[in-house]
Amino acid sequence: MAAGTAIKPMTAEAAEELAAQEFAGIVESHRPQIFRFLLASLRDVDLAETLTQECFLKAHRNWKHFRGESSAMTWLMRIAINLQKDHWRNRRLQFWRHTRANAVDLDEASEWLPSGERSAEQKMLAREQVAQVWSAVKGLSERQRTVFLLRYVEDRELSEIAEATGLSEGTVKAHLSRALSRVRGELRGTR
Amino acid sequence: MTTHRDKWAEEMDDPVLREALKNFKASVDAWSEAAYSRPRTVVNASIRRAGWRVAASWALGCVLVAGGLTAGVYQHHHNQELAKIAAQKSAAQKAAQERAAAEQKAAAAQQALRLEQAAVEEPGAAPTANITDDDLLATVASDVSRQVPSAMEPLAQLMDDNGTVANEAK
Repeated sequence: MAAGTAIKPMTAEAAEELAAQEFAGIVESHRPQIFRFLLASLRDVDLAETLTQECFLKAHRNWKHFRGESSAMTWLMRIAINLQKDHWRNRRLQFWRHTRANAVDLDEASEWLPSGERSAEQKMLAREQVAQVWSAVKGLSERQRTVFLLRYVEDRELSEIAEATGLSEGTVKAHLSRALSRVRGELRGTR
Repeated sequence: MTTHRDKWAEEMDDPVLREALKNFKASVDAWSEAAYSRPRTVVNASIRRAGWRVAASWALGCVLVAGGLTAGVYQHHHNQELAKIAAQKSAAQKAAQERAAAEQKAAAAQQALRLEQAAVEEPGAAPTANITDDDLLATVASDVSRQVPSAMEPLAQLMDDNGTVANEAK
């Protein structure tokens, strides 16, 4: 018989407690990113908050089914993308409603710039560029926009984007390429 | 032929595009951070709910007031119509009464004319030819007064033409 400390089997209550703590940690670390992605996608603070809540609620319900095959962030992002898709589908069905009632306009979204040490001219140039990128993003398809935002706002790798969106890496690249050429066209003043 | 991968890599060689994307990310970060750290109040939801409640009560109040006004106006209009119909009815009744009176007068005049003609045609009736209008009217009145209800007929038969009781005359 082996000497030393014996490993006690974990009780169901203790396992649940541990899982809850683990999930709380996931919420705390990933919530701002999920919110940022949804905010950039929807340009609506209230809606982004609501969908973020829904995302974590859904994640909490399915937390025991999460096997860790992908990172928690990728898994959460996939839930957020699906929620966003559902939202757009519902909006399309409810076409008589004034869609995007609370969404801020592009000018307002472009007003946000980090408070760095920049000259007034640099700030103005940056604001103009941001407005142009927003304008291009607005014209992208839902899938292109999602891929673009995951790559250039969330800094996700292509493999992660492919996993989160359920697309192949080649398709992700194609979407990124189209999105970028659109952004470049907007920056050059062509469409 | 260039693939999407090559194109994508080429796009990123553009310094303007790189700068724009960097600024875009920084802008979204700043906005998201500000929105995420803003104070969240549950009051907002209750205010919104209360707002809906106020709007609903206003709408209900407006409906009730409009309904009351409509009912009042309708009642007024209805009363006016009733008054108009009543006035028309009374005017028609009055006209009928006047017409009946005129007919009665005409009949009396014809009766008097007939009596006068009869007096002219009968020789023994010469003294009565000069009968006056007052006498004629009195005769007509007595004729009319003789038209009594059937229940009074036995009593009327006891009376003679001059209005005196037959037995008394004997």
